[in-house]
Amino acid sequence: MTTSIRRANGAPTPGASEPRATRKLSPMARAEQRAGLFLISPTLVIVVVMVVLPIVWTILLAFQRIRLLNLRTAGIFGNYTISNFVEVFSSPGFLEALMTTLVYSVAGTGLAILFGLVAALALRKPFRGRTFVRAATLIPYVAPIVAVTFVWTTMLNPQFGIINVWGTQFLGWDDAVPFLSERQREVSFLGLTFPVPTALLTVIAFEAWRSFPFAFLFLTARLQAVPASLDEAARVDGATPTQRFRHILLPQLLPTIAVLSVLRFIWTFNSFDDIYLLTGGGAGTEVVAVRVYNFLTARGDIGAASAQALVLAAILAVLVGIYLKFFARKEEVG
Amino acid sequence: MATEVEAQRRGAPASSKRPWSRDRIETLVLTWLRWIVIAVILLVTLFPFYYMLILSVRPLSSLLQDPGVIWITAAEFSADTYTSVLRSTSEGGQGFLVFMRNSALVALGTVLVTLLLAIPGSYAISRLQFFGRRKIGALFLAVYLFPSILLAIPLFVFFTRIGLRGELAGLLLVYVAQVVPVSIYMLRNYFETIPTSLEEAAAIDGAGRLAIMRRVSLPLAMPAIISNALYIFMIAWNEFLFALLFLVEARENWTVSLGLSQLAGSIEIPTTVLMAGSVILTLPIIIIFFAAERLLTEGLTAGAEKG
Repeated sequence: MTTSIRRANGAPTPGASEPRATRKLSPMARAEQRAGLFLISPTLVIVVVMVVLPIVWTILLAFQRIRLLNLRTAGIFGNYTISNFVEVFSSPGFLEALMTTLVYSVAGTGLAILFGLVAALALRKPFRGRTFVRAATLIPYVAPIVAVTFVWTTMLNPQFGIINVWGTQFLGWDDAVPFLSERQREVSFLGLTFPVPTALLTVIAFEAWRSFPFAFLFLTARLQAVPASLDEAARVDGATPTQRFRHILLPQLLPTIAVLSVLRFIWTFNSFDDIYLLTGGGAGTEVVAVRVYNFLTARGDIGAASAQALVLAAILAVLVGIYLKFFARKEEVG
Repeated sequence: MATEVEAQRRGAPASSKRPWSRDRIETLVLTWLRWIVIAVILLVTLFPFYYMLILSVRPLSSLLQDPGVIWITAAEFSADTYTSVLRSTSEGGQGFLVFMRNSALVALGTVLVTLLLAIPGSYAISRLQFFGRRKIGALFLAVYLFPSILLAIPLFVFFTRIGLRGELAGLLLVYVAQVVPVSIYMLRNYFETIPTSLEEAAAIDGAGRLAIMRRVSLPLAMPAIISNALYIFMIAWNEFLFALLFLVEARENWTVSLGLSQLAGSIEIPTTVLMAGSVILTLPIIIIFFAAERLLTEGLTAGAEKG
């Protein structure tokens, strides 16, 4: 199907084959061409104007010394310079923000998929009220981000938040834990003390809580498509439940898990709302997206903000590219 | 007991002879674990929303007195927080009624404009052969996965320059551009499940392209269009970053999300009042979600499957 479309469009070598292909089209096909372009063009215009051109413009802005103050006088053809990038890479905060982003995305994605998998397996077999539990599971994902971050900050509040009140009352915590404003805490376990990045772990927990429903939804859909006969056959052969999961279900789920990892990683890597609303980027949780926002609004440094956003997008493109090159292909073979 | 009978029926020899085989232990442990997991899921997903609701109807003084209590007595109950959060600022409230109107305007407007663009667009992509069809599809996919913070900078600069910052119309345009690719993707998938023979039959009967679209394809695609509309509404209602960037200086144009986030930091407004604001922000989404859960979960998987 794809090849026939390509031939009809003359897409692969536009220069030579395109006019010939156009000439060959029947009047009806030409009318279809016109109708198609006519129907898609409003969408195309708005996407180009509101998305594609702005992205191109960001690239130009990243190479200019532009601040909010001199915005009105600066033209598109200003003085181009790489000083923004020099500034970005030489400031220590940027690399730290990049590391935080990476840790946050990897841990958030991993936990979300793990919880989603556990939930999908637990809700696999029907029981009374399963429909309700399934629906309830999805609520954290669809609820407005501002409302859920607000509830979390209230629950974690050191003075009257329920977590700290119960923690000190029932769990024997010495003091209330300032979950969202404490950079690090020494935690003793079996006589050893570890430094624990409190705020970072809290925002990771939030991310896992908020996005596990997404993984749950996809894994449930995939689980429903696993043929029951496979499971039955393994059962007859005497495979225990964990063996059946390990050798029957998991291989079936792996492609879905791979797609989920890429999607969730991309979104977590770019996410701004969650951390901005929970901590404002304080206490060691400043991810690159929040930093870009701060450069843009608090400092009004448009050039440096653009440069950082570009670096973020480039790193993301490289990571996803590596993944697609090395892992996606292996899956096709296997 | 049940598992033993079941195991015998299925003819698993090892498990029926030895009473504590690995299979039996695992089955027993996992059965218990399953119920524990289900209980934890319910607790973890629902408790924050329950907490939100309870706090919104408790007076602040009783919250500060007994912060550990998570139920409410009839004597304590007060809905004053709701009147206080909804009343306009001139009457001493927080003006959430205005914010709700703004959110509704932007969200409904986004739904309307997006559908007007996406229905013909997705029809074209699924049904008509035209030059560049595949490239347009790839472009839309790229848009969907692009970091929105990267887009935020030039749009911020652009809207500042043309003076559209602070206007709901500008925000609406941004939202449409953000959701229309996903929308086209979802609808296109649905159009492709409709057999072309139905349209061909109408064409033989002498119907033109537009008549076919309106009379045959659209009615058939209605379930997908409705789920898509709800999905867009939820995205637009929940959106925060662009609202923050464009509207923060124009209080009369704040959306509920923006209003809540801006007021959450202030000391003068009691937490319980803002919890009422959270409930107001969340309620429309919860209602839509439970009313159309089936449609939406299908839409969600269809919409995000493009990666």
